[in-house]
Amino acid sequence: MALGIIIGVSVIVSLLLIRVLHILYRSGKPISDKSPKSYSTLVVLGSGGHTAEMINLLLALDQNRFSPRYYIAAATDNMSLQKARSLENSLAEKAGIKVAADAVQYMQIYRSREVGQSYITSVWTTLVALVHALWLMLRVRPQVILCNGPGTCIPLCAIAFLFKIVGIRWSSIFYVESIARVRRLSLSGLILYKLRIADRFFVQWPQLQRIYPRADYVGCLM
Amino acid sequence: MREGEEGADQWGRPKKVVFVTVGTTSFDALVRVVDQQEFKQVLLGKGYTHLLIQMGRGTYIPAKWEGEAGSLVVDYFTFSSSIADHLRSASLVISHAGSGSIFETLKLRKPLIVVVNEDLMDNHQAELAEELAERKHLYCARPQTLHKTISDMNLESLLPYHPGDATPVAKIINRFLGFPED
Repeated sequence: MALGIIIGVSVIVSLLLIRVLHILYRSGKPISDKSPKSYSTLVVLGSGGHTAEMINLLLALDQNRFSPRYYIAAATDNMSLQKARSLENSLAEKAGIKVAADAVQYMQIYRSREVGQSYITSVWTTLVALVHALWLMLRVRPQVILCNGPGTCIPLCAIAFLFKIVGIRWSSIFYVESIARVRRLSLSGLILYKLRIADRFFVQWPQLQRIYPRADYVGCLM
Repeated sequence: MREGEEGADQWGRPKKVVFVTVGTTSFDALVRVVDQQEFKQVLLGKGYTHLLIQMGRGTYIPAKWEGEAGSLVVDYFTFSSSIADHLRSASLVISHAGSGSIFETLKLRKPLIVVVNEDLMDNHQAELAEELAERKHLYCARPQTLHKTISDMNLESLLPYHPGDATPVAKIINRFLGFPED
Protein backbone atom coordinates (compact mmCIF):
# COMPACT_ATOMS: atom_id res chain seq x y z
CA MET A 1 0.00 0.00 0.00
CA ALA A 2 2.64 2.51 1.17
CA LEU A 3 4.90 1.42 -1.64
CA GLY A 4 2.06 2.01 -4.11
CA ILE A 5 1.59 5.57 -2.88
CA ILE A 6 5.33 6.27 -3.07
CA ILE A 7 5.52 4.93 -6.61
CA GLY A 8 2.38 6.84 -7.59
CA VAL A 9 3.69 10.11 -6.18
CA SER A 10 7.10 9.70 -7.79
CA VAL A 11 5.52 8.99 -11.17
CA ILE A 12 3.35 12.12 -10.90
CA VAL A 13 6.29 14.26 -9.75
CA SER A 14 8.50 12.93 -12.57
CA LEU A 15 5.81 13.54 -15.18
CA LEU A 16 5.28 17.06 -13.85
CA LEU A 17 9.01 17.71 -13.92
CA ILE A 18 9.27 16.46 -17.48
CA ARG A 19 6.34 18.68 -18.43
CA VAL A 20 7.95 21.76 -16.81
CA LEU A 21 11.26 21.03 -18.53
CA HIS A 22 9.46 20.57 -21.83
CA ILE A 23 7.67 23.92 -21.40
CA LEU A 24 10.96 25.62 -20.48
CA TYR A 25 12.52 24.10 -23.60
CA ARG A 26 9.68 25.29 -25.82
CA SER A 27 9.50 28.75 -24.22
CA GLY A 28 11.65 31.35 -25.85
CA LYS A 29 11.44 29.58 -29.21
CA PRO A 30 9.57 31.31 -32.02
CA ILE A 31 5.97 30.31 -32.61
CA SER A 32 5.94 27.76 -35.44
CA ASP A 33 2.54 28.75 -36.84
CA LYS A 34 3.55 30.68 -39.95
CA SER A 35 0.14 32.10 -40.85
CA PRO A 36 -1.22 33.74 -37.75
CA LYS A 37 -3.90 36.37 -38.08
CA SER A 38 -3.93 37.93 -34.67
CA TYR A 39 -3.20 37.17 -31.04
CA SER A 40 -5.29 38.16 -28.04
CA THR A 41 -2.96 40.41 -26.10
CA LEU A 42 -2.71 41.35 -22.46
CA VAL A 43 -0.95 44.67 -21.85
CA VAL A 44 0.23 45.15 -18.27
CA LEU A 45 0.51 48.84 -17.44
CA GLY A 46 2.60 50.35 -14.67
CA SER A 47 2.48 53.89 -13.46
CA GLY A 48 3.99 57.05 -14.94
CA GLY A 49 7.14 56.30 -16.88
CA HIS A 50 6.28 52.60 -17.31
CA THR A 51 3.04 53.46 -19.10
CA ALA A 52 4.74 56.00 -21.34
CA GLU A 53 7.24 53.33 -22.46
CA MET A 54 4.49 50.77 -23.04
CA ILE A 55 2.52 53.23 -25.17
CA ASN A 56 5.63 53.79 -27.31
CA LEU A 57 5.87 50.03 -27.80
CA LEU A 58 2.18 49.70 -28.71
CA LEU A 59 2.55 52.49 -31.27
CA ALA A 60 5.30 50.45 -32.97
CA LEU A 61 3.13 47.31 -33.20
CA ASP A 62 0.42 46.62 -35.79
CA GLN A 63 -2.86 46.73 -33.84
CA ASN A 64 -4.54 44.26 -36.16
CA ARG A 65 -1.98 41.61 -35.23
CA PHE A 66 -2.48 42.14 -31.52
CA SER A 67 -6.21 41.96 -31.07
CA PRO A 68 -8.33 41.87 -28.98
CA ARG A 69 -6.33 43.89 -26.45
CA TYR A 70 -6.82 43.71 -22.70
CA TYR A 71 -5.27 46.49 -20.66
CA ILE A 72 -4.60 45.84 -17.02
CA ALA A 73 -3.42 48.32 -14.38
CA ALA A 74 -3.17 48.46 -10.60
CA ALA A 75 -6.40 49.31 -8.79
CA THR A 76 -4.63 52.25 -7.16
CA ASP A 77 -3.49 53.66 -10.49
CA ASN A 78 -6.11 55.91 -12.07
CA MET A 79 -3.92 57.43 -14.73
CA SER A 80 -2.67 54.46 -16.74
CA LEU A 81 -5.98 53.09 -18.02
CA GLN A 82 -6.98 56.64 -18.92
CA LYS A 83 -3.80 56.94 -20.99
CA ALA A 84 -4.52 53.57 -22.64
CA ARG A 85 -8.04 54.76 -23.48
CA SER A 86 -6.81 57.92 -25.14
CA LEU A 87 -4.21 55.86 -27.05
CA GLU A 88 -6.95 53.49 -28.30
CA ASN A 89 -9.18 56.43 -29.22
CA SER A 90 -6.44 58.08 -31.23
CA LEU A 91 -5.58 54.78 -32.95
CA ALA A 92 -9.23 54.25 -33.88
CA GLU A 93 -9.53 57.82 -35.11
CA LYS A 94 -6.42 57.42 -37.26
CA ALA A 95 -7.75 54.21 -38.77
CA GLY A 96 -11.14 55.86 -39.24
CA ILE A 97 -12.99 53.09 -37.45
CA LYS A 98 -15.02 52.73 -34.33
CA VAL A 99 -13.47 50.22 -31.92
CA ALA A 100 -15.80 47.29 -31.35
CA ALA A 101 -16.84 47.02 -27.70
CA ASP A 102 -15.07 43.67 -27.21
CA ALA A 103 -11.93 44.50 -29.20
CA VAL A 104 -10.42 46.49 -26.32
CA GLN A 105 -11.04 45.95 -22.62
CA TYR A 106 -9.73 47.68 -19.53
CA MET A 107 -9.26 45.95 -16.19
CA GLN A 108 -7.86 46.75 -12.76
CA ILE A 109 -5.93 44.43 -10.48
CA TYR A 110 -4.85 44.48 -6.83
CA ARG A 111 -1.18 45.16 -6.46
CA SER A 112 1.12 42.72 -4.71
CA ARG A 113 3.22 45.57 -3.33
CA GLU A 114 2.79 49.33 -3.28
CA VAL A 115 5.85 51.55 -3.65
CA GLY A 116 7.41 51.81 -0.19
CA GLN A 117 5.43 48.92 1.33
CA SER A 118 7.47 46.64 3.59
CA TYR A 119 8.46 43.22 2.31
CA ILE A 120 6.76 41.49 5.25
CA THR A 121 3.21 42.81 4.77
CA SER A 122 3.61 42.23 1.07
CA VAL A 123 3.38 38.46 1.64
CA TRP A 124 -0.33 38.75 2.44
CA THR A 125 -1.11 41.33 -0.25
CA THR A 126 0.71 39.14 -2.75
CA LEU A 127 -1.65 36.25 -1.97
CA VAL A 128 -4.73 38.42 -2.52
CA ALA A 129 -3.24 39.74 -5.74
CA LEU A 130 -2.51 36.17 -6.88
CA VAL A 131 -6.12 35.00 -6.48
CA HIS A 132 -7.43 38.07 -8.25
CA ALA A 133 -4.88 37.60 -11.03
CA LEU A 134 -5.94 33.96 -11.48
CA TRP A 135 -9.55 34.99 -11.88
CA LEU A 136 -8.69 37.65 -14.46
CA MET A 137 -6.35 35.32 -16.36
CA LEU A 138 -9.01 32.60 -16.58
CA ARG A 139 -11.31 35.16 -18.15
CA VAL A 140 -8.80 36.58 -20.63
CA ARG A 141 -6.50 33.62 -21.41
CA PRO A 142 -4.18 35.84 -23.53
CA GLN A 143 -1.89 34.49 -26.26
CA VAL A 144 0.54 37.37 -25.92
CA ILE A 145 1.55 39.24 -22.76
CA LEU A 146 3.37 42.55 -22.95
CA CYS A 147 4.86 43.90 -19.75
CA ASN A 148 7.57 46.32 -18.73
CA GLY A 149 8.21 46.35 -15.06
CA PRO A 150 5.38 46.91 -12.64
CA GLY A 151 5.11 44.27 -9.90
CA THR A 152 1.56 43.53 -11.06
CA CYS A 153 3.01 41.59 -13.99
CA ILE A 154 4.58 38.89 -11.80
CA PRO A 155 1.40 37.06 -10.69
CA LEU A 156 -0.02 37.40 -14.22
CA CYS A 157 3.09 35.98 -15.87
CA ALA A 158 3.42 33.19 -13.29
CA ILE A 159 -0.18 32.16 -13.98
CA ALA A 160 0.40 32.32 -17.73
CA PHE A 161 3.35 29.97 -17.24
CA LEU A 162 1.14 27.66 -15.15
CA PHE A 163 -1.42 27.68 -17.96
CA LYS A 164 1.32 26.51 -20.34
CA ILE A 165 2.21 23.61 -18.04
CA VAL A 166 -1.38 22.55 -17.47
CA GLY A 167 -2.20 23.06 -21.13
CA ILE A 168 -4.94 25.65 -20.68
CA ARG A 169 -3.33 28.20 -22.98
CA TRP A 170 0.00 28.72 -24.74
CA SER A 171 1.18 32.30 -24.46
CA SER A 172 4.24 34.29 -25.44
CA ILE A 173 5.50 36.60 -22.74
CA PHE A 174 7.50 39.68 -23.74
CA TYR A 175 9.18 41.69 -21.04
CA VAL A 176 10.85 45.06 -21.60
CA GLU A 177 12.94 46.20 -18.64
CA SER A 178 12.23 49.83 -17.80
CA ILE A 179 14.57 52.51 -19.12
CA ALA A 180 15.16 53.51 -15.51
CA ARG A 181 17.14 50.27 -15.00
CA VAL A 182 20.65 50.94 -16.18
CA ARG A 183 22.92 48.79 -14.03
CA ARG A 184 20.62 46.32 -12.26
CA LEU A 185 17.36 44.59 -13.19
CA SER A 186 14.19 45.35 -11.28
CA LEU A 187 12.88 42.62 -8.99
CA SER A 188 10.15 41.80 -11.54
CA GLY A 189 12.71 41.63 -14.32
CA LEU A 190 15.07 39.48 -12.30
CA ILE A 191 12.31 36.97 -11.46
CA LEU A 192 11.09 36.67 -15.07
CA TYR A 193 14.66 36.37 -16.39
CA LYS A 194 16.01 33.91 -13.84
CA LEU A 195 12.95 31.62 -13.92
CA ARG A 196 12.88 31.87 -17.72
CA ILE A 197 9.21 32.83 -17.62
CA ALA A 198 9.65 35.59 -20.22
CA ASP A 199 9.94 34.20 -23.75
CA ARG A 200 11.83 37.30 -24.83
CA PHE A 201 13.52 39.70 -22.45
CA PHE A 202 14.50 43.19 -23.60
CA VAL A 203 16.85 45.68 -21.96
CA GLN A 204 17.39 49.31 -22.92
CA TRP A 205 21.01 49.73 -21.83
CA PRO A 206 24.06 47.79 -23.10
CA GLN A 207 25.46 47.45 -19.55
CA LEU A 208 22.54 45.20 -18.60
CA GLN A 209 22.86 43.01 -21.67
CA ARG A 210 26.46 42.27 -20.72
CA ILE A 211 25.32 40.96 -17.32
CA TYR A 212 22.22 39.16 -18.65
CA PRO A 213 23.30 37.66 -21.98
CA ARG A 214 19.95 36.05 -22.81
CA ALA A 215 18.39 39.53 -22.99
CA ASP A 216 18.02 41.50 -26.22
CA TYR A 217 19.53 44.99 -26.14
CA VAL A 218 17.14 47.22 -28.07
CA GLY A 219 18.20 50.78 -27.25
CA CYS A 220 16.02 53.37 -25.55
CA LEU A 221 12.26 53.33 -26.02
CA MET A 222 11.92 56.91 -24.87
CA MET B 1 19.59 74.15 -25.15
CA ARG B 2 16.39 76.08 -25.65
CA GLU B 3 15.56 78.89 -23.26
CA GLY B 4 12.09 79.78 -22.00
CA GLU B 5 9.51 81.79 -23.87
CA GLU B 6 10.22 85.42 -24.63
CA GLY B 7 8.55 87.94 -22.37
CA ALA B 8 9.21 90.38 -19.60
CA ASP B 9 7.85 90.65 -16.07
CA GLN B 10 6.23 93.81 -14.65
CA TRP B 11 9.64 95.33 -13.95
CA GLY B 12 10.74 94.91 -17.51
CA ARG B 13 13.17 92.09 -16.77
CA PRO B 14 13.23 89.28 -19.32
CA LYS B 15 11.16 86.53 -17.64
CA LYS B 16 13.24 83.47 -16.81
CA VAL B 17 11.38 80.78 -14.92
CA VAL B 18 12.89 77.96 -12.88
CA PHE B 19 10.30 75.17 -12.65
CA VAL B 20 10.68 72.64 -9.84
CA THR B 21 8.63 69.43 -10.11
CA VAL B 22 8.38 66.52 -7.64
CA GLY B 23 5.87 64.42 -9.60
CA THR B 24 2.96 62.46 -8.13
CA THR B 25 4.43 61.81 -4.68
CA SER B 26 6.27 64.15 -2.33
CA PHE B 27 9.85 65.33 -2.07
CA ASP B 28 9.99 67.75 0.85
CA ALA B 29 13.79 67.64 1.01
CA LEU B 30 13.91 69.24 -2.44
CA VAL B 31 11.17 71.81 -1.79
CA ARG B 32 12.90 72.82 1.46
CA VAL B 33 16.21 73.38 -0.34
CA VAL B 34 14.78 75.54 -3.12
CA ASP B 35 12.88 77.58 -0.50
CA GLN B 36 16.11 78.71 1.19
CA GLN B 37 17.08 82.35 0.83
CA GLU B 38 20.68 81.59 -0.19
CA PHE B 39 19.38 79.29 -2.91
CA LYS B 40 17.13 82.02 -4.29
CA GLN B 41 20.10 84.37 -4.31
CA VAL B 42 22.02 81.88 -6.45
CA LEU B 43 19.11 81.75 -8.92
CA LEU B 44 18.94 85.55 -9.07
CA GLY B 45 22.67 85.66 -9.63
CA LYS B 46 22.22 83.33 -12.60
CA GLY B 47 19.63 85.71 -14.09
CA TYR B 48 16.45 83.81 -13.20
CA THR B 49 13.42 85.91 -12.21
CA HIS B 50 10.73 83.38 -11.27
CA LEU B 51 10.63 80.20 -9.21
CA LEU B 52 7.59 77.95 -9.64
CA ILE B 53 7.32 74.84 -7.46
CA GLN B 54 5.09 71.82 -8.06
CA MET B 55 5.18 70.32 -4.55
CA GLY B 56 2.89 67.29 -4.93
CA ARG B 57 1.76 65.63 -1.73
CA GLY B 58 4.52 67.23 0.32
CA THR B 59 3.78 68.84 3.67
CA TYR B 60 6.50 71.49 3.60
CA ILE B 61 4.91 74.70 2.28
CA PRO B 62 7.36 77.08 0.63
CA ALA B 63 7.03 80.86 1.03
CA LYS B 64 5.20 82.66 -1.75
CA TRP B 65 6.71 85.94 -2.85
CA GLU B 66 4.97 88.38 -5.17
CA GLY B 67 8.30 89.99 -5.74
CA GLU B 68 9.63 93.47 -6.01
CA ALA B 69 12.13 94.94 -8.42
CA GLY B 70 15.29 92.89 -8.24
CA SER B 71 13.94 89.92 -6.30
CA LEU B 72 12.80 86.45 -7.21
CA VAL B 73 9.04 85.85 -7.70
CA VAL B 74 8.11 82.59 -5.97
CA ASP B 75 4.91 80.59 -6.41
CA TYR B 76 3.84 77.00 -5.82
CA PHE B 77 1.01 74.53 -6.45
CA THR B 78 0.37 70.89 -5.57
CA PHE B 79 -0.72 69.22 -8.83
CA SER B 80 -1.60 70.39 -12.31
CA SER B 81 -2.87 68.71 -15.44
CA SER B 82 -0.74 71.07 -17.51
CA ILE B 83 2.78 70.18 -16.34
CA ALA B 84 3.78 70.22 -20.01
CA ASP B 85 2.88 73.92 -20.28
CA HIS B 86 4.98 74.73 -17.21
CA LEU B 87 7.90 72.79 -18.65
CA ARG B 88 7.56 74.58 -21.95
CA SER B 89 7.66 78.05 -20.41
CA ALA B 90 10.60 77.23 -18.11
CA SER B 91 14.20 78.30 -18.69
CA LEU B 92 15.48 75.70 -16.26
CA VAL B 93 13.77 72.58 -14.91
CA ILE B 94 14.66 71.02 -11.57
CA SER B 95 12.98 67.62 -11.39
CA HIS B 96 12.67 64.50 -9.26
CA ALA B 97 14.27 61.43 -10.85
CA GLY B 98 11.13 59.81 -12.33
CA SER B 99 11.72 58.68 -15.91
CA GLY B 100 8.46 60.20 -17.18
CA SER B 101 9.41 63.64 -15.97
CA ILE B 102 13.02 63.31 -17.17
CA PHE B 103 12.17 62.34 -20.75
CA GLU B 104 9.32 64.81 -21.07
CA THR B 105 11.74 67.60 -20.18
CA LEU B 106 14.54 66.29 -22.42
CA LYS B 107 12.15 66.04 -25.38
CA LEU B 108 11.32 69.72 -24.94
CA ARG B 109 15.09 70.39 -25.01
CA LYS B 110 14.99 72.21 -21.68
CA PRO B 111 18.05 72.46 -19.43
CA LEU B 112 17.43 69.95 -16.65
CA ILE B 113 18.80 69.23 -13.20
CA VAL B 114 17.57 65.94 -11.75
CA VAL B 115 17.58 65.71 -7.97
CA VAL B 116 17.71 62.18 -6.58
CA ASN B 117 15.48 61.48 -3.57
CA GLU B 118 17.67 59.59 -1.14
CA ASP B 119 14.74 58.79 1.18
CA LEU B 120 13.18 56.25 -1.19
CA MET B 121 13.44 52.63 -0.06
CA ASP B 122 14.44 51.12 -3.37
CA ASN B 123 16.45 53.89 -4.88
CA HIS B 124 17.15 52.70 -8.39
CA GLN B 125 16.19 56.06 -9.83
CA ALA B 126 19.71 57.44 -9.37
CA GLU B 127 20.90 54.98 -12.06
CA LEU B 128 19.03 56.67 -14.89
CA ALA B 129 19.88 60.22 -13.79
CA GLU B 130 23.56 59.36 -13.38
CA GLU B 131 23.75 57.59 -16.74
CA LEU B 132 22.12 60.53 -18.54
CA ALA B 133 24.37 62.97 -16.64
CA GLU B 134 27.41 60.98 -17.76
CA ARG B 135 26.16 61.37 -21.32
CA LYS B 136 25.83 65.12 -20.65
CA HIS B 137 22.08 65.33 -21.28
CA LEU B 138 21.38 66.73 -17.81
CA TYR B 139 22.89 67.53 -14.43
CA CYS B 140 22.36 65.13 -11.55
CA ALA B 141 22.31 66.37 -7.95
CA ARG B 142 21.21 65.53 -4.40
CA PRO B 143 19.19 68.01 -2.33
CA GLN B 144 22.32 69.06 -0.42
CA THR B 145 24.44 69.55 -3.57
CA LEU B 146 21.82 71.31 -5.73
CA HIS B 147 23.08 74.70 -4.61
CA LYS B 148 26.59 73.95 -5.86
CA THR B 149 25.34 72.31 -9.08
CA ILE B 150 23.52 75.49 -10.04
CA SER B 151 26.45 77.77 -9.20
CA ASP B 152 28.84 75.61 -11.25
CA MET B 153 26.60 74.61 -14.15
CA ASN B 154 27.31 75.56 -17.73
CA LEU B 155 24.16 74.98 -19.77
CA GLU B 156 26.10 75.34 -23.02
CA SER B 157 27.87 72.07 -22.29
CA LEU B 158 24.65 70.03 -22.21
CA LEU B 159 23.94 67.88 -25.26
CA PRO B 160 20.43 67.47 -26.74
CA TYR B 161 18.82 64.07 -26.21
CA HIS B 162 17.63 62.25 -29.29
CA PRO B 163 14.55 60.19 -28.38
CA GLY B 164 14.71 56.47 -29.08
CA ASP B 165 11.86 54.33 -30.36
CA ALA B 166 10.36 50.88 -30.03
CA THR B 167 10.83 49.54 -33.55
CA PRO B 168 13.70 47.16 -32.61
CA VAL B 169 11.46 45.57 -29.95
CA ALA B 170 8.49 45.43 -32.31
CA LYS B 171 10.65 43.73 -34.99
CA ILE B 172 11.79 40.97 -32.64
CA ILE B 173 8.25 40.40 -31.32
CA ASN B 174 6.82 40.20 -34.85
CA ARG B 175 9.50 37.75 -35.98
CA PHE B 176 9.00 35.65 -32.86
CA LEU B 177 5.26 35.39 -33.48
CA GLY B 178 5.72 34.46 -37.13
CA PHE B 179 4.52 37.70 -38.71
CA PRO B 180 6.13 38.67 -42.02
CA GLU B 181 8.55 41.62 -42.05
CA ASP B 182 6.85 44.85 -43.07
